[in-house]
Amino acid sequence: MTINLFIFLALATVAVGSALAMLFTRNAVLCALYLILNFLTVAIFYLTLNAPFIAISQVTVYAGAIMVLFLFVIMLLGAEQTGRTAARWWFQPAALILGLVLLVETMVIVFAPAMKLPGFPDVAAGFGAPLQVGSILFEEYILLFEATSVLLLTSMIGAIVLTRSAKTAGSAKTAGSARPAESAKVAGSVVPAQPDKESEGTNVSPV
Amino acid sequence: MITINYFLALSAILFSIGALGVLIRRNPIVIFMSVELMLNSANLAFVAFARAFSQAGGQIFVFFIMTVAAAEVAIGLALIVIIFRTKHSIDIDQMNTLKG
Repeated sequence: MTINLFIFLALATVAVGSALAMLFTRNAVLCALYLILNFLTVAIFYLTLNAPFIAISQVTVYAGAIMVLFLFVIMLLGAEQTGRTAARWWFQPAALILGLVLLVETMVIVFAPAMKLPGFPDVAAGFGAPLQVGSILFEEYILLFEATSVLLLTSMIGAIVLTRSAKTAGSAKTAGSARPAESAKVAGSVVPAQPDKESEGTNVSPV
Repeated sequence: MITINYFLALSAILFSIGALGVLIRRNPIVIFMSVELMLNSANLAFVAFARAFSQAGGQIFVFFIMTVAAAEVAIGLALIVIIFRTKHSIDIDQMNTLKG
């Protein structure tokens, strides 16, 4: 019982500490690394809460895919050190006060004596295992699951169109004679075109 | 004895830190990371409630939150790249115009 509490407090210290370090570190790459540490700690919390499948998803999707995307964009843009000062002098004190108010509010709600929350009962074997999670996901939430596929497809096409439209606009300026009518026509579609591939080097290098 | 209140308190602390990061940081990429931290704290509360009520449905929603986070990050980072290409800076205080 006390060993559980000790493990919880140690992990919580790491989680809160890494979150605070992310908050106050100037270098964006270090921010991303602290956030990865935070995600891994939360994954261990998931393991203690009988959610092994969620924990592995957390490590692969969050700490793996999403944070690698963050690091890639940070290093692509060279945006490690931006943003030293706020525009108005009262921004940071006001933000600190508002954050403290939010924290105190939630703490009062969580530890209110009127809030009767259940303890942690013993769960059946296999709770949160891939078998149970999969059966619930594909039986009760199948419609949401399909909506998720539409969401992912939309965001993928959106990201491609967003970055491609800027690229073709830039290539029309730099490359000039690279068949501007056709490249303007391709701007809305997702099929990569050859003239953009050629002008990619001249376009990305200032970035 | 660890109760669900401990996990909710930790979730609240992480959420507050994330909200504070959104407010005080000026780098939009770090602001995005703070939003991820807030989503993650919500996930922690979901999993804690799923454990307390012995209902694995709470864990399903963590999947959907992760999916939405991935989609949001893809679109948001694409927007940041475009802003950097047009303005050659991603300082959040310089994004005060609607002109390209």
